[in-house]
Amino acid sequence: MSAVGAGQLERVRVGVVAAPRKKPFPWNAAIVHALLIACIAVVTFPLYYAFVISTQDIQEVVQRPPRLIPSSHLLENYAEAWRKVHMGRMLMNSLVMAVAVAVGKIIISMLSAFAIVYFDFRGRILCFWMIFVTLMLPVPVRLMSTYEVVGTLGWLNTYQGLTIPLVASATATFLFRQFYLTIPNELAEAAQLDGAGPIRFLFQFLLPLSWANIAALFVVLFIFGWNQYLWPLLITNTEAMRTVVIGLEGLIPRSGTELPTWNLIMAGAMMALLPPVAIIIFMQRWFVKGLIESEK
Amino acid sequence: MQRTVFRSWWLPYVLVFPQMAVTVVFFFWPALKSLQLSLYRVSPFGDTMTFIGLENFTKLLADPEYYRSVANSLVFAAGVTVLAVAGALVLAALATQKIRGLAAYRTLLLWPYGIAPAVSGIIFLFIFHPTYGVLPYFLSFVTAYEFNWLLKGWVAMTLVIAATAWTHLGYNIAFYIAGLLAIPGAVMEAADVDGAGPVRRFRSIVFPLVSPITFYLVVLNMVFAFFESFGVIDAVTKGGPGDATTIMVYKLYKDGFIGLNLGSSGAQSVILMALVIGLTMLQFRFAEKKVTYR
Repeated sequence: MSAVGAGQLERVRVGVVAAPRKKPFPWNAAIVHALLIACIAVVTFPLYYAFVISTQDIQEVVQRPPRLIPSSHLLENYAEAWRKVHMGRMLMNSLVMAVAVAVGKIIISMLSAFAIVYFDFRGRILCFWMIFVTLMLPVPVRLMSTYEVVGTLGWLNTYQGLTIPLVASATATFLFRQFYLTIPNELAEAAQLDGAGPIRFLFQFLLPLSWANIAALFVVLFIFGWNQYLWPLLITNTEAMRTVVIGLEGLIPRSGTELPTWNLIMAGAMMALLPPVAIIIFMQRWFVKGLIESEK
Repeated sequence: MQRTVFRSWWLPYVLVFPQMAVTVVFFFWPALKSLQLSLYRVSPFGDTMTFIGLENFTKLLADPEYYRSVANSLVFAAGVTVLAVAGALVLAALATQKIRGLAAYRTLLLWPYGIAPAVSGIIFLFIFHPTYGVLPYFLSFVTAYEFNWLLKGWVAMTLVIAATAWTHLGYNIAFYIAGLLAIPGAVMEAADVDGAGPVRRFRSIVFPLVSPITFYLVVLNMVFAFFESFGVIDAVTKGGPGDATTIMVYKLYKDGFIGLNLGSSGAQSVILMALVIGLTMLQFRFAEKKVTYR
């Protein structure tokens, strides 16, 4: 294929040299721009709409035809949503959960990958396969019994119950393993000659080399933790321990008699989605790297 | 290739201990427990257990409601996957053309990945809202049909599919952009010189070259739709109207956690486990070229 490609390339070059032409209007580029803008408008509309509703008062929300431009009640809606449902506490819980899950997964994966790559010990292969099998045991599959285990440990409504059962990570372990395997063996041998033990080697040599991977993983795992639903729903039943994604559902009016406070719900939705979306936008490079490498 | 540089009879065990402890306590033990529960009849408060063999399974497989949840899962997973994968391919193809402002366009396409399916569900719920939503309002000019997801099962299904596909888009786009950028420029230029237009080039060069990624994403999106979509269902439809959006995971939760039918939920866990094992195997077959695990 590459031989054909090179030959074709030659023809392109010759053609260009033989007949330099005036550049025509870039119709193709214009069409691509137009299509992209149209698609992005469609993809972005739900978020825009949620934002618009979060800035309106109740009359504007229910008015027909629907009002599709922002109004002036942004601050009071967000303050009201914040006050009404302990938004501060819920955002805090989500933050604790997301950071603890991400950091926990990274630490235990780093350690087990280090052991598997740099040591020869009985049960190494067994450990490797046990980690691999966790890929096939997502939460719903072991729902009731995991709940029972957490209950037995007395971890219901606690941060450790919320986070520790989620911190095993096959993908993060594989990612670190792949990365360690790319590091020349000579580095470890040199470190050893300098008298560095395994722990010093891990912290002074491997860790500094791993920051890019850690940052990428952190972005993806933070979003994973922040957006959890089923697990926090099971493990927490007090208001003080609710995460924001769960708490939001409680705002939805389920009977016809309740007032439709959709502006407050959308204000809550904006607050719940902003942290993970902001992380993607500000850490886009790491996000894409983390996604492609960790695949989950 | 294995390297063994450091020697210690105890350190490696200390290092793998945290991961192994979590794996055994929260993954293996509960999974075996589910397996066990599936073979027993358990009283609602869990105080008596009677071994009944495969009765939970035979009961489940004779229950039309279970087939309903299987069918719903298939419709849901297929809808999400087709929408999110096909949409992502088109968008990624546009976002890898040689034009200005690509970085901005890509950022604008990737961010939906950050939105929790449940939050996305709530936003779409309002867009679809029969009284206040913008979508039924504009549709009412075209047709008198009542697009009410509280009454019409297929509207509710469309709602949860749209909300879920929206959150999958960014993920799929990131994969496709990486795949499309890996296609050698010379190949495309050659096709260009041979007079192939953009559509022809896409069909005969780009599409075949990204087909491994496509298969991989199809499997991955199915896994997500089957196993990670509890939030959107619970936040929006609670499985209704009727049982129109009760997917397998939601039925497992309802029967086990609300109905306290532990035997049936154990059997459902085992069936889901078989499914996720199958899908994971499939996923690794297609991921083989990208990742090696040995």
